[in-house]
Amino acid sequence: MIVVNREQPFWHRFYLTSILGGMWITMRHLLRRRFTLRYPETRFKPPAGYRGIPALVKDQNGREKCVACYLCQFVCPPRAITIRAGEMPGNSVEKYPEEFEINMLRCIYCGYCEEVCPEQAIFLVNDYEFAGGSRQELVFGKEKLYQLGGVRPDPILKWANK
Amino acid sequence: MLTGIRGAKSATGTAAEAESLLEQALLTTRLDAVVAWARKNSLWPMPLGTACCAIEMMAVAGPRYDIARFGSERLSFSPRQADMMIVAGTVTKKMAPALRMIYDQMPDPKWVIAMGACASSGGMFHTYSTVQGVDQIVPVDVYVSGCPPRPEALLYGLMLVQEKIRTGKVKSPQTVEG
Repeated sequence: MIVVNREQPFWHRFYLTSILGGMWITMRHLLRRRFTLRYPETRFKPPAGYRGIPALVKDQNGREKCVACYLCQFVCPPRAITIRAGEMPGNSVEKYPEEFEINMLRCIYCGYCEEVCPEQAIFLVNDYEFAGGSRQELVFGKEKLYQLGGVRPDPILKWANK
Repeated sequence: MLTGIRGAKSATGTAAEAESLLEQALLTTRLDAVVAWARKNSLWPMPLGTACCAIEMMAVAGPRYDIARFGSERLSFSPRQADMMIVAGTVTKKMAPALRMIYDQMPDPKWVIAMGACASSGGMFHTYSTVQGVDQIVPVDVYVSGCPPRPEALLYGLMLVQEKIRTGKVKSPQTVEG
């Protein structure tokens, strides 16, 4: 091993200049804009098209838009969606989901369900932070999914006059 | 000492008076509560990053999300000095014995966060080689949804662990942003 002993200037031997140089960098950052997002109080605002959690939506008449076609269940890569279809009595729409479960611990927020849905009934909404103490807690049923999704106005309402 | 608080009057007072004076002068609490408070505010994580969730875990340690605000800035790469294991990423069956060994090496009391879809349930790896959730090999306290979860989601999971240390259970209602 070759050791080169370089001559240092006199003031470098005290290391004081280096310490002051480091302190100068710290002081400079002290005066800059605060970078930290104080999470529980201030939140990140998702941009348009953000893929958060998938949720079911209703139209402006309060009808659930899902017709239980099973396309999202079929396309879902981690197989997070479980649907049980039922027959809707006295309505032009024959099927509706009696049960619609999304296992949020399986879900990978990919948005294929939103993409494939022919009724525009499932959307990836802006909520992103979900955690829980058990696996069962994070299997979201229909009620929770409608609560998350809310109402999205539908310009066409193709089932209204049938 | 008591007489000094409210003058000489209480020196001749009853025991109840003396007790109420004590309450004014001292902050009393249960020892459990103090210990829990100390534990929850200095959770040293053991970052077990096996996949892409680890990138988000690094983001949590960075200045933007700054896990130091929760007292967990010391990511302990030695399990002997860690309190909480963050399993971030896919755990294969070949990795599972190592994971269990790391968990066993951590001193009690210890907590586990399963971060992301793979660690929580196997995620999209519905295969023969992947552990379908790390709760099959270690006891998990908090599951965090996401693939990978945003740093906020991990911080929320951390807050749930702190809640569990304080009260003994994970608070169940989810925070839903409107």
